[in-house]
Formats: sequence, structure tokens, C-alpha cells
Amino acid sequence: MRMTPRSQRLALVLAGLVLAASAVGLTLYALRSNIDLFFTPGQIAAGEAPSQRRIRVGGLVEAGSVVREPQGLAVAFSVTDRAASLRVHYRGILPDLFREGQGVVVIGELAGDGGFDAARVLARHDETYMPPEVAAALAETGGPP
Amino acid sequence: MWRAIHRLGSPAIFYAVAGRLQPWCWALAIALLLAGSLWGLVWAPADYQQGDSVRILYVHVPTALLAQSVFVLLAAAGGVFLVWRIKLADMLAAAIAPFGALMTLLALVSGALWGLPTWGTWWVWDARLTSMLIQLFLYLGVIALRGAYTAAESGARASALLALVGVVNVPIIKFSVDWWQTLHQAATFSLVRPPSMPASMWLPLLVMVAGFYAFFVALALTRTRSEILRRESRTRWVRERVARTTGKAAR
Amino acid sequence: MSLDALQAWLAMGGDARYVWPAWALALAVLAGCALHARRERRRVLDALRRPARRGGMEDKRDAHDPA
Repeated sequence: MRMTPRSQRLALVLAGLVLAASAVGLTLYALRSNIDLFFTPGQIAAGEAPSQRRIRVGGLVEAGSVVREPQGLAVAFSVTDRAASLRVHYRGILPDLFREGQGVVVIGELAGDGGFDAARVLARHDETYMPPEVAAALAETGGPP
Repeated sequence: MWRAIHRLGSPAIFYAVAGRLQPWCWALAIALLLAGSLWGLVWAPADYQQGDSVRILYVHVPTALLAQSVFVLLAAAGGVFLVWRIKLADMLAAAIAPFGALMTLLALVSGALWGLPTWGTWWVWDARLTSMLIQLFLYLGVIALRGAYTAAESGARASALLALVGVVNVPIIKFSVDWWQTLHQAATFSLVRPPSMPASMWLPLLVMVAGFYAFFVALALTRTRSEILRRESRTRWVRERVARTTGKAAR
Repeated sequence: MSLDALQAWLAMGGDARYVWPAWALALAVLAGCALHARRERRRVLDALRRPARRGGMEDKRDAHDPA
């Protein structure tokens, strides 16, 4: 089959595109766990996270788990991924969005007692948006928040 | 169909068609952006958790969308230029690349300004934010390569090639929030389920997105026309055309 | 709109320092792009007209000749 210069160039460009895509794909596959921003409590329970190293853990703040010290900024709460949960100790200012049931990412180290000492707490928000009145109405009828 | 595309590939015909379209695009862009700004800043409700900072959404989402769409168009134009040697595709690429870079920068900055009150940080190296930063560097590379050669044709080809290769980053940005654990939330909109957002919020967002896209089309038409005049300045049709407009201006 | 309402709007529920810069920057970039495109078109047209104007003067000289 004879190829015109134009279809030759087209083939070259398409081949280059496929090569580039597979190179990037393979790189990302090799790095897949390193690209994750955080470990889940389940991964930590399974011993996948290193100890004595700064790591990030992400999950939901378990409802009813937040205990604030009467004086000072110390707070303890549990982060859960519904498979396992991790007790987090933190001293500092919490972001505005921090509340029970909310997603968070905590940065710190695993403590010896199986808990987690957080140096920072970041709030993670989900993709749901609604006006306050709607949220209040939903809360009254017992629907999802 | 093919003939129509080929005719539009002629700079002279594109120049005339774009000239007729562009005032409408500018008018549409200004009208939509004005309406969307009023709607998003005044009438749209605050969010039950984020409060008024949710209004950053109305500039963050359109800029982030354009950052990716412009790059896809840049890659498509690069492919057309490399394979079919259509000069107009390269003129379009030269005209839109800086705008794409600016939109990427705006998406990053508005995201940082949104992240501060909601997440408690303006930056994390998660997959979404990092891939968007890579997108900015790809844009800068595409723009820089064009000027890096003494022969304009070589620069144009290198730039088109980088755009073509770099386009693999666009699906990575899009799916980063599904493939990896990120601080950035997943997409609110999808083709397969209703948006997890009330109409009082997604309608102004839709107006803003449409306004930004109309602005992009208008800007691309205007700048591509300037680029055509610059590169075709020695052709007869450009000289005739300029002579005509000069006569008009003198009168 | 009352002054209080205006002030409340400007305060953006305490998020004024995030919302306003984000919007101002976005709209400023758009305005800048539009102005730049306009100036660019003028520049290109001016550059094209310069030799054209010289041609126009020649025309005038030609018109004087038969007189």
C-alpha cells in the first residue's frame, strides 16, 4: 500500500500520541500509590502506612467522636472510612468546615498507642452544594444533610 | 462538508466569516458575563457549609473548564497543522495559547483563594492540583517553543507537537479526582446523574460558563484575524482590504 | 438597597478577602485580554497602512502631473 505524505504524517502523529499516552499511563500506574494524597484508616489498620514518618490520613469525622478539652485548643476525634477508624489528637485551630460527618485530611505521625498525632487538619468538602434553608429543611425531615 | 472545511481553511474566507461573527460573539460574551456576575454575586444563595466563599465557584469552574478545552483545541489545531499543513490552524493556535495559560493560572489562583477558607490551605500536592500546575507548564512550553526557533515554521511545528503530546494531561486532570485520593472534591456535574447542586446555583454557573466560552470564541476570532493580517500582509487580498478600510477611515 | 444590606453584601459573610480578589482578578484578566486584542488589531492595521499611505501620496503626485 502506498502512503501519501499526508497520511504518513497522520500515522506518525497518531503513533506519537499513542506512545506518549502509554508512557504517561505506565508512569502513573507505577506511581499509583504515591500519587494518593492520603492513607485511609483501613490502610493504616492493615499496617500499610509507615510509622515515625509524616503521613496524611483522610476520612470522615465519626459522628459523636469529637471531644474538646474544656480549656485550650486540644481536640480529639475519630477519622473513619467505614472499614476502620483512627483516633486523632490535635491541638490548634480547626478549619471552618470541620464538623462531624465531614471529610478531613489530617497531617501528622502515627503515635505509639495506635492513635495519630495531627500537626494540621484540613477540611475536605464533598461535591454537594445547597442553600442553608434547604439544608435546614432537609435536617428537619431527617433526610440526608 | 469537506469543501466547506477547506474553504474555511483559507485565511481570506476565515477572515471575512470571523469578521461577521465577532461582534455578535463579543456582545453575547459581555451580556452573559454581566448577567452571570450579578446572578452569582447577588442573587445566588450561599452554601450551607461554605457560606459566601462558594461564590468563587462561579469564576473557578469556568476558568478551569476553559484551561482544559483551550488545550484540547490547541492540540487539535496542532494536529491539523502537522498533518494537513493548514496554516490557519497554526494561526489559531498562536492566537489562543496565551489565553489558555491565563485561564489555567486563574483556575489555580481562584482555587487557592477558595481553598484557604474551605480546606484550611491554599495548596496541597494532590493529583488534581498538581496536574493542573503541569498544565500551566505545558502551556508555557507551547508558547515558548514557538519563539525558540529562528525559523517561524520550525517553532510552529515544535509547538504543535508539544500540544499534541501534552493533551494526554487533560484526561488526567479530569479523572484525577476519581483515580486517586485527593483533597479536591469529585465532580459535581456528570452526564449520567443529576447535579448535586440546586438550580439556584447551577443556573448562574451555567451562565458564567457560557459567558466565558463566548468570550473565548470572540477573543479567538479577533486575535486570529490580527494574526492572519500579520502573516498574509504581502498577499493581494490583504492589501486591497486594508486600502479599502483606510479609505473608509479617511472619510 | 439599604446601606446595611450593601455592607453585608460587601462583607460576603466574612469571606470578602477571598471572594472579591478571585472575582476581581478573573474579570480584570478578561478585560485585559479584550483590550490587548483590540490594541493588537490597531497595531497590525497601522503597520499595514503605513506603506499604503505612501502609495496614496504617490497617487497624489500622479494626479498633479497632468496639470
